[in-house]
Amino acid sequence: MFLSAAVRRRPTFREGVVTMAPMALGIGAWGLMTGVAMVKSGMSVIEAVAMTLLVYAGSSQLAAIPLLVAGAPAWVVLATGFCVNLRFVVFSLHLRPYLMHMPRWRRMLHGYLTADLSYAVFTTRYPVPPTDEAEQQAQEAYLTGGYFITWCAWMGMSAVGIALANFIPQAWGLGFAGVLSLVGILCSMATTRLRVLSALIAGATAVAAYAFPLKLNIVTGIGVAVLLCFWLEKQFVRNPTEADR
Amino acid sequence: MNGETDPWTLVVILGLAGVTVLTRCFFFILDRPWGLPEWAHRALHYAPIAALSAVVIPEIVMSQGHLVSTWQEARLYAALAGAGYYFWRGGVLGTMVVGMAVYLPLHLGLGW
Repeated sequence: MFLSAAVRRRPTFREGVVTMAPMALGIGAWGLMTGVAMVKSGMSVIEAVAMTLLVYAGSSQLAAIPLLVAGAPAWVVLATGFCVNLRFVVFSLHLRPYLMHMPRWRRMLHGYLTADLSYAVFTTRYPVPPTDEAEQQAQEAYLTGGYFITWCAWMGMSAVGIALANFIPQAWGLGFAGVLSLVGILCSMATTRLRVLSALIAGATAVAAYAFPLKLNIVTGIGVAVLLCFWLEKQFVRNPTEADR
Repeated sequence: MNGETDPWTLVVILGLAGVTVLTRCFFFILDRPWGLPEWAHRALHYAPIAALSAVVIPEIVMSQGHLVSTWQEARLYAALAGAGYYFWRGGVLGTMVVGMAVYLPLHLGLGW
């Protein structure tokens, strides 16, 4: 979408770029480590480049690496990626009134390129969806500017990481940086006691069921945790929506 | 998968790209408005953290198919340090940097 000069010429495009630029530094650094982690975990350069260019979702990429390396079946990798990405489903409900005036291909392109930070910055800048055509155009350009700089930082630095990884000895164990990033994301999601419990149950189940074939311990862990938390919520939480935050 | 490109892995990567599109666009793919049943909304709260945890915890505490039985394991201290940093200061990048700052000396220096 940032290939369209008409969008780039709108003044809010620049505003989006400038607002996101400082955050793009952090995103770039994370991309760098993801690039290194992919290759040092045993993926080929072509696979790492394809994953960076196409998947464009750091946490589901990092979660997929150990599964791909272990040779897990496709559906286990995809189901895990889907669960890790479920937060975007919530974002998409929020973004719907901002994008519905566009043709489908255009709003899906925007949706695909809008990751966590771009979404957060955009909805903070524009708490209300557009009501006339001028607002529609301004908001679209701001969103595009924001994810343009994010995309460039992520892609550029991931490529640097993939290239650098070839010069780093395998024995250094830099692939573990990917796991540590996931630890950070995990902590950021631990906002309620039931979510912490969900993480503990899923982790413990995945360890206990480690001997399951086809990496099914992952799916088992997710299933057991979600069902148990459901049940506990029904038993002990009177107002679930209030307990969320 | 040891540095060699596997066509099947590329297909799975393509599928993961599809998962990115599907989840990021979930509610505006179709023109007509629609909602999820209540149970699905509740699952949205627990499934993401469960999925990450199910992937991450075994990567930290398992070694060659078994629970690590020694305290001389760099990954344990690195993950604890990273999580500690997160709850102290916040930030995914800092978590990774602090974790690696603990991991590398233990792993390379002491061979843990």
